[in-house]
Amino acid sequence: MSELNGNKSFTGTGLRLKVGLAEMLKGGVIMDVMNVEQARIAEEAGAVSVMALERVPAMIRAEGGVARMANPKLIRQIVEAVSIPVMAKARIGHFAEAQILQELGVDFIDESEVLTPADETHHIDKHAFKTPFVCGARNLGEALRRIAEGAAMVRTKGEAGTGDVVHAVQHMRQIVKEMKALTVLSEQELYAAAKEHQAPYELIRMVAQTGKLPVPNFSAGGIATPADAALMMQLGAEAIFVGSGIFMKERATPLDVENNPVEREEAVSRAKAIVIATTHYNDPKILAEVAEQVTGTMKGLAAAAIEEAQLLQTRGW
Amino acid sequence: MSSHAKPRIGVLAIQGDYAAHAEALAEVGAEPVEVRNPEQLEALDGLIIPGGESTTMLKFLERRDFFDALKEYVNARPVFGTCAGAILLAREVRHPHQRSLGALDAVVERNAYGRQIDSTILREPTSLPGEPLEMVFIRAPRITEAGAGVEVLARRDGFPVLVRQGKLMAATFHPELSSDRRVHRMFVETAIAQKKT
Repeated sequence: MSELNGNKSFTGTGLRLKVGLAEMLKGGVIMDVMNVEQARIAEEAGAVSVMALERVPAMIRAEGGVARMANPKLIRQIVEAVSIPVMAKARIGHFAEAQILQELGVDFIDESEVLTPADETHHIDKHAFKTPFVCGARNLGEALRRIAEGAAMVRTKGEAGTGDVVHAVQHMRQIVKEMKALTVLSEQELYAAAKEHQAPYELIRMVAQTGKLPVPNFSAGGIATPADAALMMQLGAEAIFVGSGIFMKERATPLDVENNPVEREEAVSRAKAIVIATTHYNDPKILAEVAEQVTGTMKGLAAAAIEEAQLLQTRGW
Repeated sequence: MSSHAKPRIGVLAIQGDYAAHAEALAEVGAEPVEVRNPEQLEALDGLIIPGGESTTMLKFLERRDFFDALKEYVNARPVFGTCAGAILLAREVRHPHQRSLGALDAVVERNAYGRQIDSTILREPTSLPGEPLEMVFIRAPRITEAGAGVEVLARRDGFPVLVRQGKLMAATFHPELSSDRRVHRMFVETAIAQKKT
């Protein structure tokens, strides 16, 4: 495997392998998990991957404080408990957390604005890692800057921990609209477009030619119901991240999946329903069926009611 | 390609990189069809089970009698499985054990090379005509045992990575992620030959 790494091109072997794993996750659901039992439920329900973290976004939002990478011991336990790929979150710019996650054998690292940023100017140089990264974006320029830094997958940010899908919708529509707009520009106009989007010219040119990002584009942030998942897929998402929507009940308390069979069943029913909705996103008959089977939903927090300073999506530069 | 109507090849579209397979099929002159329900199988000349997560695909197959319909299809018609698809086709799956269609006379071990960090791209000789074949291995399984009726078309460290058994084909790597279309062409030719008989 000597051919890997040290290469910042967008077609090199290293990036092809990283993007290759993202390709395999398409059409699936990636679930945030805080313990081994939640990871097992996610795998049983048909999740394509689990995301290990200390606290899900709704708890981070409610409890405040500094949100960091999950405990390596927990990550190790989850890696051993499931056979699907395991992702974990690192703080923006915290390349030492990312080095630890790579060492633990995590399959994908999420440089995530949901955690408290460690660097307010620089994101991680993701080319320096063999492990692929996913990063959040609210518009095309942000997505392409992350890709230029080496991200192998983009997810629209939405507003994590709210159960309100409105910003996930806004960000997905924004990116798709900006990509379409590039495809009708002439070659000479692309330089100005690069300036406008604050993104590298080469990447702007690639999007103008293909009409899509050079890496898979997933959706995240506020997806709480099977219908939300189907909506994001119809808007162009290639897969879905679900954080607080599955394992939480009211008042930012997690369902007790370890000791309470009724609450475990509630989590299982939500997890399964979101997985089925993501595959059959274009089949309203199946969507109606699975939506009926869900018991309870997270109460949610209207994104419009959140003060600017409390938004997670504005983190990242 | 002859002047016959294009062969209709399904791609199981529960989850995974089915779009990449559909593109590859179109490039070799087949008509790709995304398959999400068991009723769709009947009208197809062949089926590809793509890469993705085999556990996720199994959950779907176990709903709505899809598993049995697919088992019947796999025993009668041309089917090609890549990576997760090869796992589903196998006689036996290890590490951990899971249910499979049992059509390909082989034992497959999941995640046999390690985690994503151990994924790799190799160029290896093959019995297909032409140059060595580029093989993209992503969290790949390993075919640890293959029956006497299984023809091995390529190997990695001595273990089979591309095999054929009658009208079944399986690869533990991802030919759909390379630009070389020899493997897909071979499968579509198998499907065309079956169509005539």
